[in-house]
Amino acid sequence: MTSISEDSDKEKVRSVSVDLNNDASLVIDIPDALCEREVKFTVHTKTTLSSFQNPDFSVPRQHEDFIWLHDTIVETEEYAGLIIPPAPPKPDFEGPREKMHKLGEGESSMTKEEYAKMKQELEAEYLAVFKKTVQVHEVFLQRLSSHPMFRKDRNFQIFLEYDQDLTVRRKNAKEMFGGFFKNMVKTADEVLISGVKEVDEFFEQEKNFLLDYSSKIKDATAKAEKMTRSHKNVADDYNHISGALNNTAADNNTAFKKHLEKCAEVFEKLRKVEDRVASDQELKLTELLRYYTRDIQAAKDLLYRRARALADYENSNKALDKARLKGKDIAQAEENQKQCLQKFDKLSESGKKELTSFKARRVVAFRKNLIEMTELEIKHAKNSVSLLQGSIEILNSN
Amino acid sequence: MSEDREAPALLGAAHTDPPEPQDAEDLFVSVACVTECPEAARLSAEDLSPGSDGHKDPDDPDDPDDLFAEATEEVSLDSPERQPILSDGPSPAITPVTPVTISPRLDVFDRSLDQDDEEEENRDTLDIQISVSDPEKVGDGMNAFMVYKVTTKTSLSIFSRDEVCVKRRFSDFLGLHSKLASKYMHMGFIVPPAPEKSIVGMTKVKVGKEDLSSVEFVEKRRSALERYLLRTVKHPALLKDPDVLQFLESSELPRAVSTQALSGAGILRMVNKAADAVNKMTIKMNESDAWFEEKQQQFENLDVQLRKLHASVESLVCHRKELSVNTAAFAKSAAMLGNSEDHTALSRALSQLAEVEEKIDQLHQEQANADFYLISELLGDYVRLITAVRGVFDQRMKTWGKWQDAQLMLQRKREAEAKLQYASKPEKLQQARDEIREWEGKVQQGERDFEQISRNIRREVGQFEKERVKDFRVVIMKYLESLVHSQQQLIKYWEAFLPEAKAIA
Repeated sequence: MTSISEDSDKEKVRSVSVDLNNDASLVIDIPDALCEREVKFTVHTKTTLSSFQNPDFSVPRQHEDFIWLHDTIVETEEYAGLIIPPAPPKPDFEGPREKMHKLGEGESSMTKEEYAKMKQELEAEYLAVFKKTVQVHEVFLQRLSSHPMFRKDRNFQIFLEYDQDLTVRRKNAKEMFGGFFKNMVKTADEVLISGVKEVDEFFEQEKNFLLDYSSKIKDATAKAEKMTRSHKNVADDYNHISGALNNTAADNNTAFKKHLEKCAEVFEKLRKVEDRVASDQELKLTELLRYYTRDIQAAKDLLYRRARALADYENSNKALDKARLKGKDIAQAEENQKQCLQKFDKLSESGKKELTSFKARRVVAFRKNLIEMTELEIKHAKNSVSLLQGSIEILNSN
Repeated sequence: MSEDREAPALLGAAHTDPPEPQDAEDLFVSVACVTECPEAARLSAEDLSPGSDGHKDPDDPDDPDDLFAEATEEVSLDSPERQPILSDGPSPAITPVTPVTISPRLDVFDRSLDQDDEEEENRDTLDIQISVSDPEKVGDGMNAFMVYKVTTKTSLSIFSRDEVCVKRRFSDFLGLHSKLASKYMHMGFIVPPAPEKSIVGMTKVKVGKEDLSSVEFVEKRRSALERYLLRTVKHPALLKDPDVLQFLESSELPRAVSTQALSGAGILRMVNKAADAVNKMTIKMNESDAWFEEKQQQFENLDVQLRKLHASVESLVCHRKELSVNTAAFAKSAAMLGNSEDHTALSRALSQLAEVEEKIDQLHQEQANADFYLISELLGDYVRLITAVRGVFDQRMKTWGKWQDAQLMLQRKREAEAKLQYASKPEKLQQARDEIREWEGKVQQGERDFEQISRNIRREVGQFEKERVKDFRVVIMKYLESLVHSQQQLIKYWEAFLPEAKAIA
């Protein structure tokens, strides 16, 4: 129904994480998205890598394809020591869809102006949701493409290149159930992670930091969401006031009528500005917090996996001791213990690297978004001031 | 007291000549009308000693040759308020016997136009300042009440001093309004309505809760009382009214008990409101003056529109307050996040963000107050004013109804007399002839009253429209300027934060 192309603000939209396209050997973006029953993203790849068949190509992908890719990566044992980029949330067009429904129903009972206005609002809301969802899906892919290990992943390549429908290769019911079970075990791991005796200073610090930060950022996200919603409500009220002023103007003597109509216009313009403030705040601040809430969870997942590996290692030690005591299966137990230690060490090593780069990435992303949000706030406030002052002048001269 | 009453009237006459309520005391001979209706028997007692202030009911001084006092004066038993009695004459439901064409006497009309200009000047250059301040709680528990200081600064000579301070409580204001309404509304004057009672609001204050909402309530009421007084004195007739003067100047005011909802007067008020509503439905007035029809329709529309606008603004106030609360919550959360953040520069930036958001929440709170006190309260006042205006139109309709009733009665008396002519009962015939004369007089009076109220309403409405436009223009300007100020503050805050965000390394 609606299709948007990224406007010239390409760089600005792609902002939740760092500009992940520095490496020209594999550049991914989502230039377009179509919304029918399902959202279809156009995934565009430019590459110099020989592992791909073409240097420049695009494929259509649905949200479920992204989820499939994420889950296959999560289940890959090799990547246990890495922070898996969080899966993008499902596109939520409920708001605009409701509005569109209302618009369709009330078409006959509305005046032409009201209808046009509502349509405009609807389009703006659609656009805002679109921007959000495109951004978050794009960043997911870019995290993968900029990571030395993930970019080589076979499934990732299939995702980017396979020009047929991916539905066949997606999770079937059994696998989905498995995924659910995994989540349950994960929460048990949360208890495990707090209980494990940490030898490494670095990981001890990280653990404490992540546990605390994760709850704070969740809270901040919720509060930011409420704040954005209030802004939208205020914009809505400006809209109603503008309409009411126009109605009052219709019945008044001429001089005052113009006055009221001008006021109605002012409120209408203020509404537009307030709407932009709300959506920019959402895009830069709320989305940023949302994304990092998910990313922090991914970092925590890494710690769980490591903690599990440590527990496995400690168990294997106990098993070895028992085997030595009994005098049975010692070689097997030794082998097991060696493997557990290897796994644990590997996880610790890559985990350290990942967590360090995660912090750097987080800091850069926050910086970028806070700067952009502040600049937009200033821009909108300046717009408001000039529009208000202009109107005051006109109304005074009347 | 009577001396005081005389003096203002004399001085008042020097400026303009708006209908003076005090002039016609000596003409207060309402005996003739008293015998007619049984209710009027009660009236006479009241008429001779009307109201707790000893003020007489207003007359129409425009016609000095009017020997009849305000024959249609309707006063209730125990309050100085004028209460319309249910059955006013033979029957309330009137269909006119003969169609009435209203032809106002031109000369009087001209005079009222002159009055217009002079009064305009007076209204614009009104040299009086009133402020309501320093709310104080008196007493404890459910008997407690708030007392407000009313300060009047003026150079007008009708006031005894340049600056006067008195203490008044809310029911005093209500009492003033009810007196003014009873005196002037039936003449077609638009009497500004008093602020509304609020049981919930006051109970909180009485119970002694010192929380934010009761503080806000008191402030809201104080502001409303101030606006009420300012509007009242803007009206030249009301400004000179002795009740108003007494209210502003005298240190002791008799307690207005009749304003309590559950008093005898209160109940009578409710009954009469219902009667009024019935009357409105049953009196079908033959409007031959397009101006009135147009205006009535206009005010009906305005009523609807203003209510809608008011509702939207109230919603804005509510949402902006919510925004302020949510911003404050976010600020706290951001501060916590900043504390938790282990990267020093980012941590500092987040704390700064929290501070900015805190300042912004204050800003939202202030803007919400501006939304409220500038626009929302004004709209609320005007919704109530429009109701008063429509009430005045209803009064005109009632006056017309009375006139029609009188005509009907006259007709009947004439028919009765005609019948008696052939009945050879000389006494009864004479009585019938007397009655005819009496009712002829009433018909004339009815017509005069109707013309007078029509004139007054034209003038009042014209003035009201002017005031309304002026009020709105001023308020809209103030409001837009408050918005400009908010946005400029926002720019300041964010511009201060920008380098902090850039400093994240």
